[in-house]
Amino acid sequence: MINVEAVYWLVGILFVAWASLIAADTNHPRRWGSAAFWGLLGLCFFYSTWVQAGTAPAWILGVAVLVLVVLASTGLLGHGKHRTSTGPERESYAKRFGNKLFIPALTLPLVTVILVLAAPVLSIGGTPLLDPKNTTLVALAIGAVAAVVVALLILKPKNPATPLFESRRILESIGWAALLPQMLTTLGILFTKAGVGTAVGTLASGLLPKGSLIAGVLVYCIGMFLFTVLMGNGFAAFPIMTAAIGWPVLVQGFHGDPAIIFAIGMLAGFCGTLCTPMAANFNLVPSALLEMKNKYGVITAQVGTAIPLLAVNIALMYFLAFH
Amino acid sequence: MLVLIGVLLVVVGFAIRLNPLIVVTVAGIVTALLGGMNPAQILDSFGTGFASSRSVTIFVAVLPVVGIIEFFGLQEQAKTLIGRLAKLTAGRVLIGYLAVRQITAAVGLTSIGGHAQTVRPLVFPMAEGAALRRYGHVPEKISEKIKGHAAGADNVGVFFGEDVFVAVGSILLITTFVDTTYHLHLEPLQLALWAIPSAIAAFLIHGFRLLRLDKQLDKEYREFELTAALETAGEAK
Repeated sequence: MINVEAVYWLVGILFVAWASLIAADTNHPRRWGSAAFWGLLGLCFFYSTWVQAGTAPAWILGVAVLVLVVLASTGLLGHGKHRTSTGPERESYAKRFGNKLFIPALTLPLVTVILVLAAPVLSIGGTPLLDPKNTTLVALAIGAVAAVVVALLILKPKNPATPLFESRRILESIGWAALLPQMLTTLGILFTKAGVGTAVGTLASGLLPKGSLIAGVLVYCIGMFLFTVLMGNGFAAFPIMTAAIGWPVLVQGFHGDPAIIFAIGMLAGFCGTLCTPMAANFNLVPSALLEMKNKYGVITAQVGTAIPLLAVNIALMYFLAFH
Repeated sequence: MLVLIGVLLVVVGFAIRLNPLIVVTVAGIVTALLGGMNPAQILDSFGTGFASSRSVTIFVAVLPVVGIIEFFGLQEQAKTLIGRLAKLTAGRVLIGYLAVRQITAAVGLTSIGGHAQTVRPLVFPMAEGAALRRYGHVPEKISEKIKGHAAGADNVGVFFGEDVFVAVGSILLITTFVDTTYHLHLEPLQLALWAIPSAIAAFLIHGFRLLRLDKQLDKEYREFELTAALETAGEAK
């Protein structure tokens, strides 16, 4: 069986490989700091396997993560200058290969989707070929490897390590933002353990005037929205807001239809995800990936959709869920 | 209530634009201390938090293929291809992508796209290619706007498409939570069904905004040309 841990090891190996390229780059302005950051990040991916299995102490990983934060935020992590193809070179390559360039780009989603769909029947001697709990992740990784192979066969670069050199260029433009989504997950865990959720829930139910249906719907939906903005995802907000308002007030008090209330309540939270830097993997990593000047440019583009959509969700819940 | 200071730290930290990594780390430590955790438990939490959230970083595995095809001119080719289709504008390219992303997510194929897999190598260059054909030149301000909306179309499409599919994480979270806590028996299908009105609303609202995006870009380009013309006139004097 191809386990999801194998995928994490592939990612770890990539980080270590990129770190070695940086360490070998004598012109890199932050050569050692950057090599240390990406190398240590790679090692953390390996070590996590044992933390996850409960066979290695987690605090060592905790220390390593804090070291990563220090490296990234004290200016020791930097950008190298990369020799890549120039604009005119790319134009001439594009003329030469034409639409063949799309083949590797499409191989990735195609292989991924085929594997996801076929996963239930793929098995060797009764054991499933792909980790059934993480089919998508494993399929994505296999798709990525297949796409590199296809790209090498079609484009035949002089140096077979071109994918590695070129991806280092993209990685360095993402920089510290690559670590942020994982740090935010950790923050979410710490918030929950410390009881931030219960405090917000108490606050929200304290705000609620008794006996008003529209006020109940508003506090539930806007509460989901704001709490998601704070936590970065609707999954953390849902149990709290539902325990504080969704269940006791809307379902038990006003006899609303639970399926409608909970489905739409979650979507009100998703409107919050569109507006928050705390959802770094959706909002900050893309702006780094697209090399935007304004880190918050993706959020700026989304707010205009999120707010009217929140209003629509409130109206839908109010008019559909209570008969 | 004291633990809410941690939330306040996050809000203030992001507002004054400190490095988010520092903000998040400090807020986490402060909240944990206020919540009564000791330093050893906090370090443990940073470790287990990292180990259990590695899936969000898997996107880096697609960078090698994106890197090599960009090296050989994929973005340029995507621009050329779109440039031949006269009717396509940046907004229309993005509406097309929004529709594809939302429909595929609704049947469970969320992994078909993403910021690293499709937005950077394909969607953004195509939208920019359409703008290039229209204006002959894409100033940075316009390019930034297209980038933001290219990523936005991906997010809106996935968020408000995936909930129509029964086996997605958020639907399963709802059923597991309410079934165990309140002894209900909600069918995932019922929840997925009631996500459809919001999904349609999301497409209409975001699609409308993308249509208006073309007009905004037209306006910005006229302003850009005007300033450029004024500058040249100034130099001529």
